[in-house]
Amino acid sequence: MTDALLTLEGLTKAYPGVVANDDVSFQIKPGEVHALLGENGAGKSTLVKTIYGLVKPDAGRMLLNGTPFAPANPRAARAAGVAMVFQHFSLFDALSVAENVALGMDDPPGQRQLGARIREVSEAYGLPLDPDRTVGDLSAGERQRVEIVRCLLQNPKLLIMDEPTSVLTPQEVQILFTTLRKLAAEGTSILYISHKLEEIRNLCEDATVLRLGRVVATCDPREKTARDLAEMMVGSVLHQPEREGGESGEVLLEVTGLSLPAPSDFGTPLREIGFTLRAGEVLGIGGVAGNGQDELLAALSGERPAPPGMISLRGRDVGRLRPTARRALGLLAAPEERLGHAAAPEMSLTENALLTGDVRERLSTRGFIHWGKARDFATRVIERFDVRTPGAETAAGALSGGNLQKFVIGREILQKPDVFVVNQPTWGVDASAAAAIRQALLDLAETGAGVVVISQDLDELMDIADHFTALNEGRLAPIRPARGLTIEEVGLMMGGAHDMDVADENAIAEVQA
Amino acid sequence: MRFALEKRPAPSRLMLGLTPLFAVIATMLAGGVMFWALGANPVEAIRTIFLDPLFDPTFGAYSRPQLLVKAAPLILIAIGLSLGFKAGIWNIGAEGQYIIGAVVGAAVGLAFYPTESRLIFPAMVIAGALGGWAWAMIPAILKTRLGTNEILVSLMLVYVAENILASVASGVLKNPEGRGFPGSRNFARDYPAASNLELLPGTGMHWGVVAAFIAVIAAYVLMTRHKMGFSIRLTGEAPRAARFAGVNPTRLVVFSLGMAGALAGMAGLFEVTGPAGQISIDFGSGYGFTAIIVAFLGRLHPVGILLAGLLMALTYIGGELAQLMLGMPAAAIQLFQGMLLFFLLAMDVFANYRIRIKTREAA
Amino acid sequence: MDLGQINPVLLAASLMVAATPILLAAIGEMVVEKAGVLNLGVEGMMITGAVVGFAVAVNSGSPAAGFVAAALAGAGLALLFGLITQVLKSNQVATGLGLTLFGLGLSSLIGKPYEGIKAPSLGKLDIPLLSDIPVLGPVLFRHDPMVYLSLLIVLGVWAGLKYTRAGLVLRAVGENHTAAHALGYKVIRVRLAAILFGGASAGMGGAYLSLVRVPTWVEGMTAGAGWIALAIVVFASWRAGRILLGAYLFGGVSVLQLNLQAAGVAIPVEYLSMSPYLVTILVLVIISLRGNHGAPGSLGRVFHASS
Repeated sequence: MTDALLTLEGLTKAYPGVVANDDVSFQIKPGEVHALLGENGAGKSTLVKTIYGLVKPDAGRMLLNGTPFAPANPRAARAAGVAMVFQHFSLFDALSVAENVALGMDDPPGQRQLGARIREVSEAYGLPLDPDRTVGDLSAGERQRVEIVRCLLQNPKLLIMDEPTSVLTPQEVQILFTTLRKLAAEGTSILYISHKLEEIRNLCEDATVLRLGRVVATCDPREKTARDLAEMMVGSVLHQPEREGGESGEVLLEVTGLSLPAPSDFGTPLREIGFTLRAGEVLGIGGVAGNGQDELLAALSGERPAPPGMISLRGRDVGRLRPTARRALGLLAAPEERLGHAAAPEMSLTENALLTGDVRERLSTRGFIHWGKARDFATRVIERFDVRTPGAETAAGALSGGNLQKFVIGREILQKPDVFVVNQPTWGVDASAAAAIRQALLDLAETGAGVVVISQDLDELMDIADHFTALNEGRLAPIRPARGLTIEEVGLMMGGAHDMDVADENAIAEVQA
Repeated sequence: MRFALEKRPAPSRLMLGLTPLFAVIATMLAGGVMFWALGANPVEAIRTIFLDPLFDPTFGAYSRPQLLVKAAPLILIAIGLSLGFKAGIWNIGAEGQYIIGAVVGAAVGLAFYPTESRLIFPAMVIAGALGGWAWAMIPAILKTRLGTNEILVSLMLVYVAENILASVASGVLKNPEGRGFPGSRNFARDYPAASNLELLPGTGMHWGVVAAFIAVIAAYVLMTRHKMGFSIRLTGEAPRAARFAGVNPTRLVVFSLGMAGALAGMAGLFEVTGPAGQISIDFGSGYGFTAIIVAFLGRLHPVGILLAGLLMALTYIGGELAQLMLGMPAAAIQLFQGMLLFFLLAMDVFANYRIRIKTREAA
Repeated sequence: MDLGQINPVLLAASLMVAATPILLAAIGEMVVEKAGVLNLGVEGMMITGAVVGFAVAVNSGSPAAGFVAAALAGAGLALLFGLITQVLKSNQVATGLGLTLFGLGLSSLIGKPYEGIKAPSLGKLDIPLLSDIPVLGPVLFRHDPMVYLSLLIVLGVWAGLKYTRAGLVLRAVGENHTAAHALGYKVIRVRLAAILFGGASAGMGGAYLSLVRVPTWVEGMTAGAGWIALAIVVFASWRAGRILLGAYLFGGVSVLQLNLQAAGVAIPVEYLSMSPYLVTILVLVIISLRGNHGAPGSLGRVFHASS
């Protein structure tokens, strides 16, 4: 038992109302890539935060190389040889690459020396970086490199990677995997957190599966099918949406040459976006995060008006109209961020129902609100979409992610949109809620509405879309029928070639040689 | 053992109601210590400030009506400010809007001197509101057109307004029969058609008090029943959600700053034609700043503001009484009011967070 | 009217004196904002510094003791702000406003017995040789030590933010407090330190008004200088060098309008005295035309560690 690098014994951590980790025990051996698998909310984040010294366990202990390990803070964890790459990057946009790296080190060398080391290490692992560039200007893949290089400079014994591929193109994922295999070969252990099953089967030698805070299985993922893993993770058989493959009806939404400048310093401009959406169609728009998804949704919902002639709904130019006017005409939207964008967290569900339902559900006359009608509408959404909540007067922020997402999507669908645009409909939502939401979107298309689904989850898009395209740096790839697309084609549409300059390819060749 | 804060999903309504009371109590305690340090008997000082203005047999008759007189401008201004504050629009230049409203309204009245007509006073009220509105439109337009910070612009305009006041008091609006002294004609004494006199003798009730009550009711209806009020709340709590809902931020800024300016301008007009009597260099009395405290103490809620305005008026009158009776410096009461705001803000933590006691915490 | 009375050399020399209070307050506030905190209480901390510095200088006879006391008083008020906003998570805008109102009340309470007294002189620090250079000598090298100290502070802040680890951490905390926390930095501690520094600077700036620039205690004597300092931080796009430029620009405007008043220019006094405020608005407008680049990412947002 002493050959394990890290041993977890009976770790337990409870938050008010939820036990995040319940008696979790497993081991990570030196030089292995160990998967930590589980749904959102299974307790993966809490567990890694415990290892990284951000969370104190209520009970249980950890051993590192056989000696008790209880880091008081991330600094202590780093000193012991544990490094972590975060899911949501812990980077500082306005600072340079070198400054960002320095912040992650406890004893950084001088600026010039650090710059040289960044170049050296990043190239050795096939992740080229310019230490003087401002991080805010980098692509998602490059930003992740900054994090990884920051960790590697400290020669960690254990590298924790939290959902590292959610922001990468398939080609970038391949580069990352090459790097990770090389690291493991050199003796670094890697704790790899993900819910993407194929990746884990590809990369990891050992896997621990968490469900509702408990370890439900330990296995060698290479010996299991993706379906086996999924069922361990979810604990029940998944309801798969039935795709009817709606065929072309009349043109509902026509977008031509839609170009908008970036809304902020670190935003993405939209460039010459064009597509046609027909009745009954589900158009899936893939792409890596930060390539214009939010901007496209804002342009379609009316949050950012567009110049005339770029967006038309049933032949009528709606580009200059604000969200309320677009809703009146049947163009509805649901943004990615539930709290603070799609819904106001401190307001009740009734008030949140009024937020978008005012015009189509006639919830006010001459500016005066009918609270009774608003409450009825909210109650209808809650009942029809199985939103688990004490009632319509509950604050939106008190709902779980999945329930709030069902409310947000249901609120729009019940208004019977002609066109519905949704960004990341199932992000951070548990599997059963995700399945229900996908089914609701398909049902909506079935009734003759057009649906645009923007998502970073390729599996989801392949499941429900009949046409597919991808956003890359604010541009839209040519639209293709979803059926029969290969993963390579999808990768190229997402801009797989982008970021892969000659240096990368050389580096890959070198690593593989 | 240590304390930890845990964010509540939504602010506790109970605590939102209770914290102003706690803040008042804490201020009384801290204020008592301050008065004691200044050499006064703390119990006596607190009694003089909070109880004597209402119940003292000698002063009560004089100071009770003063309560409404002082509260009216505070409530009028605070109601206007609360609309913007709720939406995260920080107009802190109400003092300037109050001064300009008074100057413009007074100028209209003086232009008609000595005509006697029942239309003059209403015309002055409208002019005062327009003056305050126009002054508030400067930060509003700069913010909506150019994105200029409204906090700094509205505040800078207070100093500009004070200089304008000084200029007109000894210039265009100077009383030609005033033997060269700066200051305008006295409305209350010399120009009945343009004066804001007590409506019911001995109550302190004047048109400004009536306007303050109307403002409270109108703001209550606006905030609870009307889309504009909903938009204001939504913008304050979740600005992105407001944009998504279709709230027009420009309209919101123009509306809330405009309302605040108009109400402050009206308050200035009621003050200059009644309690103050005339345009003079020291007309600006700080109501515009104290109203900020009133707005927060009242939880930006119309009814809360009504109560907070009365309480703050009480501290003004009680403060004067304490000056008179106990030789307390005037500044002590200003400090007292500042303390009240601090305690309230500090206690907000109870409304927004749950306090938990952790028994086992390593770091 | 006689514009010939205005001596350009004296004007330029008094510009540095006029600018120093705002410079001190602005450089302090810049550090606070770089750490991601918006403290609108600068005016309150300045005026408290002005009165405490004055009182201590008068009682001890030592202006230096006055400045130290003013720095402590400013920092004390700032600590109050820091505890309420950082530990008790209150709204920074409202608390800052409260601090200003509180400081104005506190200062007039403390200052009552000191009205109408003259401050002990700080004395000049004539720099040998350099101060004898014609024109440049009197303009640049015949000032009191605080003028030079304020310049040193600006230099120190610039270098500290750019080259030291502490400066890097401070910028990181202001840029993205969640990420800084995840890396294990003590967000609240860093912010409290920055807030204290800002308070001490503002306090010294206020004391410079009451001890050197005026030099006597007058109630409400800061007259918006703290607010102008806040505007200068925006004008400077959160850069130390530009803070210097901005403060000297405003120093120039206020000295010029005073000189014009003295020279009896045919513009009414009131219009001259409102000019610094109008210039501030004008500058804010020009800056906003350019867009608010350089504001720290977490400025004004409440930090609450969720784990």
